[in-house]
Amino acid sequence: MLKIWSMVRFTSASGQKKKKVTAAQLRVQKDLSELSLGTTMRTEFPNPDDILNFTLTIEPDEGMYKDGCFHFSFAINQNFPHDPPKVKCLEKIYHPNIDLEGNVCLNILREDWKPVLNLNAVIVGLQFLFLEPNASDPLNKEAAEDLRANRDAFKRNVRKSMAGDSVRGESYQRVLK
Amino acid sequence: MSEMNGVTTSRQRWKYLDRVLSRPGPFTDEDWVPGEEVISFLESAKVLVIGAGGLGCEILKNLALSGFKDIHVIDMDTIDVSNLNRQFLFRQSDVGKPKAEVAARFVERRVKGVKITPYCGRIQDKDEDYYMQFNMIICGLDSIEARRWINAMLVGMVDMENPESMKPLIDGGTEGFKGQARVILPTMTSCFECQLDMHAPRAAVPLCTLATIPRQPQHCIEWAHIIAWEEERKGDILDNDDPEHITWLYQKALARAKEFNISGVTYSLTQGVVKNIIPAIASTNAIIAASCCNEAFKIATNTNPYLGVPETANYMMYSGDDSIYTYTFEHQRKEDCPVCGNLAKDLEINARWTLQEFIDSLAERAEAQLKKPTLRTEKSSLYYQSPPALEEATRPNLRKKLFDLVSDGEEIAVSDPAFQIDFKFRLLFRDK
Repeated sequence: MLKIWSMVRFTSASGQKKKKVTAAQLRVQKDLSELSLGTTMRTEFPNPDDILNFTLTIEPDEGMYKDGCFHFSFAINQNFPHDPPKVKCLEKIYHPNIDLEGNVCLNILREDWKPVLNLNAVIVGLQFLFLEPNASDPLNKEAAEDLRANRDAFKRNVRKSMAGDSVRGESYQRVLK
Repeated sequence: MSEMNGVTTSRQRWKYLDRVLSRPGPFTDEDWVPGEEVISFLESAKVLVIGAGGLGCEILKNLALSGFKDIHVIDMDTIDVSNLNRQFLFRQSDVGKPKAEVAARFVERRVKGVKITPYCGRIQDKDEDYYMQFNMIICGLDSIEARRWINAMLVGMVDMENPESMKPLIDGGTEGFKGQARVILPTMTSCFECQLDMHAPRAAVPLCTLATIPRQPQHCIEWAHIIAWEEERKGDILDNDDPEHITWLYQKALARAKEFNISGVTYSLTQGVVKNIIPAIASTNAIIAASCCNEAFKIATNTNPYLGVPETANYMMYSGDDSIYTYTFEHQRKEDCPVCGNLAKDLEINARWTLQEFIDSLAERAEAQLKKPTLRTEKSSLYYQSPPALEEATRPNLRKKLFDLVSDGEEIAVSDPAFQIDFKFRLLFRDK
């Protein structure tokens, strides 16, 4: 053991008794500073000291979901960026890639997540879901069928659901601004 | 020959060990002195074993039979009947009892003169003072999370004034026929976090496949695990070790498999998928544990060169998948490792400064030159330049005095979009 201790050459290390900023916090801090939210998105931090949990609001200004206001909760664990953030839509909406519970089917939130991706990539992905709902990757099967069968009818359903009406017997939350 | 713990032991038992401890060999250093001092260090060395499962049982047995006499062991699990085929320190009658306790008593009974102190609980229950008492730590874990935790703890414990605060970490791991043994000298050589890319994560199945078109029995089980549970038992926390919970998932998965004409969903497969179990192979555990304990013995006694010396090999991989293959190499440190790279630098500050004054000073410091810094401590956000919601929430801090925001010796992390790396400073109050 004595030999190993004699090898100890200290350069920049120092005795640290206090809790240290975690790797996850550090990375989220960096990601937040690089976030480009534009005019259609904003964040809210229920507890500003806790940057690992926040809400993202998206208000699309084009596409089928224009003028809607959608909230997503972001829950990031200490394993970030090795684990992806957990993202849920807080409203009950009619969308082929978002189920009625708010689960989001976005490849980079699950199977294609890589630690090199950042929070910006996730919010760009979410934004894209509102511009280009994807029928081939359905989480809400009925909505996907509607989109595939008749795009115009699907659009009408989207508007109805956003106004708080029901579509195919399922009632949706009003999300219009 | 010697008297320990009030038990007179015969040195006869250690006759073969003494052949390497009491005379120089072809690989010993020139200035190495064999004999009494080496033996007494080995007997007084305090080592911690984390995990008393497949690897842990082997490690405890090996250490005791290598002459270590003061061994501590931590494990949070209780013995399950499925452990008995390879975790040989446990018997049928031990099922349900804590692993650490039973393993400690068994080895103490078999190897006289060894003291094993068990702790049944999580490694996270213990603090720096606890880990500081050991000379080295040997891990036989199955979780990456626990490894990352202990690694970060040991890196954080290293204190420049005290070489003994650097605790060698010997880590063993197995998965089926594959395994690895490695030695980490915290802050000196590549740490667990630097080596994280050596662990390929389990491929995740797209949520949409689970939700719409399952193809394999595993998909049905994952569906029950991720979707059905959330829908029907929201609020219930899923316990992987609760037979009722696993049975529920099994029934759900079975019904779904039937619906899609998929066969092969069984109770044990459900357990395997949910708990992410990879079959454990007793002999792989034995090989890896033996390698870990040899390194522990050599580090403690210097009888032979060991794994982990800076700029030499620190990682031994073993594969028995296709015949047999081992390769030993140096895994290099990562400069930007979030745990051992970029350690905090001490920064003397005037605690009566406002946060704004401190931020201004960062812009002027030659080593930082941060124009738009964002700062936080572990528990609070000090100031964020963006996004707007955080900027607004933290803006009032700019006028506060530092002593109201941080404590003496606390670490802050500073990032600036202009720089790729982050800065960490340990703030030391001037004129206390």
